[in-house]
Amino acid sequence: MHSRWILWTIIVLTILALWINIPPLPQVPALKILGKRVELLGKFPLKLGLDLQGGTELILETQMDKIAPADRDSALESAKNVIERRVNLYGISDTVVQTSKLGEQRRILVELPGLKDASAAANLVGKIAKLDFREMPATLSAQEIEATKSGLPIIALAKPTGLTGADLKRAQVTFGSSSGARSGPQVSIEFTDQGAKKFADITRRNIGKPLAIFLDDEPVSEPTVSQEIDGGNAVITGQFTTQQAKNLAIDLNAGALPVPIKIIQQNSIGPTLGQQSVNKSLIAGIIGLTIVAIYMAAYYGILGLVADTALVVYTLLVLAFIRTGLFILPPVTLTLAGIAGFILSIGMAVDANILIFERMKEEIRWGKSKTLALDLGFKRAWSSIWASNVSSLMTAAILYGMGTSLIRGFAITLAIGVLFSMFTSYVVTRTFLRLIIR
Amino acid sequence: MRYKVLYFVASLLIILPGLYFLITSGLKLGIDFTGGALLEYSFQKNVDANDLKQQISSEGIEVGQITPVSDNTYIIRTKPVDQSKINKLKDDLGGKFGKVEDRRVEFVGPVIGNELRQKSLIGVTLASIVIVLYIAFSFRKIPKPASSWRFGIAAVVALVHDVLVVIGAFAILGKFFGVEVDTLFVTALLTIIGFSVHDTIVVFDRIRENLAKHMGRKFIDVANLSVIQTLGRSLNTSLTVVFVLLAMLLFGGETIRWFVVALLVGIISGTYSSIFNATALLVWWEEKLGH
Repeated sequence: MHSRWILWTIIVLTILALWINIPPLPQVPALKILGKRVELLGKFPLKLGLDLQGGTELILETQMDKIAPADRDSALESAKNVIERRVNLYGISDTVVQTSKLGEQRRILVELPGLKDASAAANLVGKIAKLDFREMPATLSAQEIEATKSGLPIIALAKPTGLTGADLKRAQVTFGSSSGARSGPQVSIEFTDQGAKKFADITRRNIGKPLAIFLDDEPVSEPTVSQEIDGGNAVITGQFTTQQAKNLAIDLNAGALPVPIKIIQQNSIGPTLGQQSVNKSLIAGIIGLTIVAIYMAAYYGILGLVADTALVVYTLLVLAFIRTGLFILPPVTLTLAGIAGFILSIGMAVDANILIFERMKEEIRWGKSKTLALDLGFKRAWSSIWASNVSSLMTAAILYGMGTSLIRGFAITLAIGVLFSMFTSYVVTRTFLRLIIR
Repeated sequence: MRYKVLYFVASLLIILPGLYFLITSGLKLGIDFTGGALLEYSFQKNVDANDLKQQISSEGIEVGQITPVSDNTYIIRTKPVDQSKINKLKDDLGGKFGKVEDRRVEFVGPVIGNELRQKSLIGVTLASIVIVLYIAFSFRKIPKPASSWRFGIAAVVALVHDVLVVIGAFAILGKFFGVEVDTLFVTALLTIIGFSVHDTIVVFDRIRENLAKHMGRKFIDVANLSVIQTLGRSLNTSLTVVFVLLAMLLFGGETIRWFVVALLVGIISGTYSSIFNATALLVWWEEKLGH
């Protein structure tokens, strides 16, 4: 029969969800297929937010008032790159550096998971980028030769020239004439009047030698000076791909259009506190779920047990969705507020069942047969369930729209919970009841 | 619904004290709104709270409050402060008091605080408007003479009631226990709005059904009948949610404690208001103004 099919689908889905949710167990060995180790369990780890796994989140505001409106977007891009470069020095994975633009406010969001020393990171990220040009020493002193031998590259010994980012107006990617050695993408630099003078001096001294460009004391490029350049316009050529040229221009602009950065929000959670939160909410969730299950069974008897089963299916499905995003959407990053939203949605999931059961009881009281009461109970309770859940979804959407990451985490799990609770109450509970009541 | 005036009075009695403290002393706004920092430091050696306070103040950081969490672990709340000072603080404290772990550093600039204030206001207002429209729309086929707009507005009155009860409760908690409101509090408020409407819709849905079934009966009788029929569900649902929240309150940890309290107050108020405010208001409206 029709409902047999649905029952099997539910069972398969539940087993699938169970498999997704079981953590790796030492008792279950990995399979060896074609010489490769294939783990059977724990393939979909929960993605924990910074508040649960520990880490630092920073929101930086860029101060653009000294930069010409036309240059502001490229200045933001450069500032982001500089921060990315600094953050990468830490070698942590899953870091996020994002820009956001809202009206005239340009912000950068930085997420550093698992980082312990929050203050150091905040100091590092908040600094203004420093760009300067350095010339290679003509002769190395004995000391310097010693240093090179011990593995220090010669480039690290380059001497500052006094030409800095402040002498630059802007850099951009241009394309050379289509024939000859100067074809392809290149980077044009424009100097200020003062910069042009300094640059002319420096190039005159260094014809045929490399002139290194340093950003935050890290070399980014070492073009060779081919001739004395006066007039304040220079071109860096080379075997660039367009992307490489673009990156170099962005780096140069970080110095040319230095953007003061202010940290306007910082959230750092130590790993200890994060782990504590996870444990506590896990316990709270299990206890909450158990009390609800006992109450339902005590109050509604067999019906309550059906609701409890549906509740277990519900929990497994929601967790599986959070872990995988159904393979279509990205997995949900679970935050503390998100867990609260999920635990709360358990209450709402039960509500749908209660509505249906109460309605069925009434229909039976009014003299309907059990099977008829089941169908009518569902049909009539559904309008309430639908209307009330839609209003909850609307609230969740508004919460999401408010945009704070904390509130978003809550809104997402609440919405997922509401959607899945409609599914489990309509499909799972109904199918189980049909099998019991004949 | 015969005693509807009594129900309104009961609501007022609950709301008025909260409102009094809300007006006289206001909510105690946390750093999410005002800007400032919240630091949780865990020291290895014994550290006296007063020494700690003195040291922090000497760095030019205005301390709002220091609360001990456990042995040698303190939560420090500061007034609005320059972020760079916060970053220096840990090293300085380490130099003075020995090894220190920063378990939590939350810093909020004044810009963000203002934004949150705006967003919260917009969020709550927007939610209310959307809900009136939604209810008016989904009850549009209600049997004449009742008006679907009345249902929408009555639901929002119940919702405002619940919001006032919770805000009032936190004004009192803030006054006497120093409880601060933060982003989570706003989240709780919006969730309560959702729940409150959830409850009200269930009762209203039944009124709609009964109006069609019992044409010709008085509205007050239909409303009474509907409330009694949905009472079991309302109480059971609220109870299960209260169970879950109690579990979160007792075992869920410090960070979400007041969030859960706000939800608890709101859910209980929501159950009351869907029956005794929203429905009672519909009846009152019907009797005073006719259709």
